[in-house]
Amino acid sequence: MELAFYIAGAVAVVSTVLMLTRLHIVHALLYLIVSLLGVAVVFYMLGASLVAALEVIVYAGAIMVLFVFVVMMLNLGAPEAEMEKDWLTPGIWVGPVILAGVLTIEVLYLVRGSTAGLGAGGVEPKQVGIALFGPYLIGVELASVLLLAGLVGAYHLGYRKIEKREIRHVADIDEGRAATGRDLVLPGADRPARTA
Amino acid sequence: MSLEVMLNAAGLAFVVAGARWHQADAQVMFLFILAMAAAEVSVGLAMVLEIYHRFKSLDVDKLSEMRG
Amino acid sequence: MISLLWLIPALPFASALILVLIGSRLSKRLAAVLGVGSIGLSAAVTILVAIGFLATPPAGDSYTQLLWTWIDVGGFRPQIGLYLDSLSLVMLLVVTFVGFLIHVYSAEFMIEDDGYSRFFAYMNLFVASMLTLLLANNLLLLYLGWEGVGLCSYLLIGFWYRDPANGRAARKAFILTRIGDTALSIGLYLLFTQLGTLQIQDLMQRASVQWPSGSYYAVAAAFLLLGGALGKSAQLPLQVWLPDAMAGPTPVSALLHAATMVTAGVYLIARTHVLFSLAPSAQLAVAGVGACTLLLAGFSALTQHDIKRILAYSTVSQIGYMFLALGVGAWQAAMFHFVTHAFFKALLFLGAGVIINALDEEHSIFRMGGLRKELPITFWTVLIAGCSLAGLPFLTAGFFSKDLIIWDAWSAQNGHPAFWIAGIAGALLTSLYTFRMIFRVFFGPLGMPVTKRPGLAMTVPLVVLAFLSIVGGYLKEPLLGFLQSALPSTIETHAGALTEIRSEAVAGLIFLLGLYLAYLFYLQRRNLADAVVAKPIGRALHQWWFADWGLDWIYDKVFVQPFIWASEINKSDFVDVFYTGVAWLAQLFYRGLSGTETGRVRWYAAAMAAGSVLLLAVVFFT
Repeated sequence: MELAFYIAGAVAVVSTVLMLTRLHIVHALLYLIVSLLGVAVVFYMLGASLVAALEVIVYAGAIMVLFVFVVMMLNLGAPEAEMEKDWLTPGIWVGPVILAGVLTIEVLYLVRGSTAGLGAGGVEPKQVGIALFGPYLIGVELASVLLLAGLVGAYHLGYRKIEKREIRHVADIDEGRAATGRDLVLPGADRPARTA
Repeated sequence: MSLEVMLNAAGLAFVVAGARWHQADAQVMFLFILAMAAAEVSVGLAMVLEIYHRFKSLDVDKLSEMRG
Repeated sequence: MISLLWLIPALPFASALILVLIGSRLSKRLAAVLGVGSIGLSAAVTILVAIGFLATPPAGDSYTQLLWTWIDVGGFRPQIGLYLDSLSLVMLLVVTFVGFLIHVYSAEFMIEDDGYSRFFAYMNLFVASMLTLLLANNLLLLYLGWEGVGLCSYLLIGFWYRDPANGRAARKAFILTRIGDTALSIGLYLLFTQLGTLQIQDLMQRASVQWPSGSYYAVAAAFLLLGGALGKSAQLPLQVWLPDAMAGPTPVSALLHAATMVTAGVYLIARTHVLFSLAPSAQLAVAGVGACTLLLAGFSALTQHDIKRILAYSTVSQIGYMFLALGVGAWQAAMFHFVTHAFFKALLFLGAGVIINALDEEHSIFRMGGLRKELPITFWTVLIAGCSLAGLPFLTAGFFSKDLIIWDAWSAQNGHPAFWIAGIAGALLTSLYTFRMIFRVFFGPLGMPVTKRPGLAMTVPLVVLAFLSIVGGYLKEPLLGFLQSALPSTIETHAGALTEIRSEAVAGLIFLLGLYLAYLFYLQRRNLADAVVAKPIGRALHQWWFADWGLDWIYDKVFVQPFIWASEINKSDFVDVFYTGVAWLAQLFYRGLSGTETGRVRWYAAAMAAGSVLLLAVVFFT
């Protein structure tokens, strides 16, 4: 049983590292999704089945999908990969590694001496439900207000007269098709290729 | 994306703690983190779209108009 | 009627206050009415007070009016108190009356100036301060008036402030009188700590009781008071500010630097005469300073060509006479000379103002000439004043007062033949430079055309003062008798070979000699004067005397240059580090913190992360 935990944990960590180092953004997203699924398995191992399900459905299923949609809309392609390659130098990892190291030391220091293992069973969804409707009722309401705010904000930010741009975008793609003579237009074909 | 990873990690820590002490509060906390992450992602991605359409690139360093 | 005493300084002070506050909004006529009227009212009140004082003399020949207690700390209780005795009454009458005439004159003289109300505000403030000085019953209030007149002198000399030269002259006057004021204040400290009071009458009493004649304290205090008087009255070595003070408007020169302010030193010494009697060496110093100054200034006046500077040096010289009189113990003679000097010197200055105005701001007597026919009233009044100054026998007031001093310089208790000779030589010089001026300006061919003639407001004061310059002499006996209640009468000891008549005869002859020499050099054969100056020794003397015996140059080399050098090399001393350090620190923070505003999102995110890590560490590990 514990083996599954370690494997899932390893998958989560490895795929996160891979996500951080990918050049192509869609690859990174996909690796992130894998990482989230790994964490969901870990949750299930801990007996928190409700959160495991929620992780898969909401996090990996909705939030990540939103990410993928937006990335696709931005039409990021080879030029961006080039940019990423320039940025992802080894030297760039120094700061984050130091900060992460400090945090790790803090966490280890905090959980030192805590020897108790996992108790039997886990927390049932029913318990969580009772907690949600009981003491954390206000939190639920606030979370819904937050989601409403996020909704309105996203709507407002995203609103614009999109007709002209979309039309121009489509027209560019048509041009691209006509120029290359192929039906499939590779992403980034409507922008000049990056030099140097 | 790294933000998602971080939020996830925090939620994981919460759930582990809840499992250790057999309390439902941890999972409730994770639910809140989830809701917050969703709201934040939607607003953030909308902003990313806006920035991309204005600056024509996703280079964050180009966003330094508030320099000095 | 005597109880109206407090009105005398209060009226000009109130007028000055009103003019300061709303003067710029008043019409020129209203400002003039206020400015001149307040002095006029003050003069009227003075006459009333004088009538009251003379009709029913108060007990002890003095009247004290205490207004309120100024300071009350420890045992130190100076009051705002006014003290009236014959000495202050005489000076009060002169100051208010001559002041009133000069104000009337300046109502027309300054009519075209923009700072009209400002001028009258300053003048009224000056008169108020001077009256406070004269009426003060304690030395602290006197010092207040002293400082007040110094301030007004600064303001009025630099009245046309747009010209930096005027500002320099004003500052020079202020700084030099300040040196005197410092000596005076140290003297006040000494007197207070030793005798425990600053009230003048008590002070004099205690001093005469506690300090034996010639004691160290008395001498020190007297010398310090003398220092103060030297500064204010422009005597050697602090006289260099008075010629430069002529940069101010002519009425200012007339009022401050001829009739009133410069006599404040004389008043101080006369008031504290008991102290000086206790310190014979100080009194000798007073006489010595007076004698030297009157000669020095006389020589300098002979070489000047600016009409106002001639009169300035003449003032210095005449006050030297007053100091000489004080020094030999001829207290009343000094005051008598003050009274007559106020009349004719003010008249001379006002006349000079008329001439300067008429000739469109021309100051040099060598460019003037022949104004006898053009400005007749001015000519006659200035001639009368000049004769009074030089001492025309029997006809003019100046003769009586100056010869009394010269006679007392020989015969008084501390008199000495050397002083008499100095007085006679000074009289010769006075006659010489006065008539040099008069002949140059009024006689001979027309130098410059007259563009403006004085109006009534400028002419009437001239006439009144001329009248007083003549009849003032006949006041001698009553005045001296009147002053006896305040000042000890002069004890005439060694008469020796000289009698008063003979001394007066010599003085009269000297006057005529001076007149003749001036006539010779400046009217008859003008090239004679040029020939004298052309010779090398003549030219050297002329330049030396022209530059006030080189005193300005000496002060510059000895005091001013070293001071400037010291402040230059001290420009950035370690004390400044404190102030520049604060600025440097602020700049350091500025540069550091503005570097954090990069505008780059990644930088901000990294900063946030690092900050939260740090916060966590702090929270968990402490």
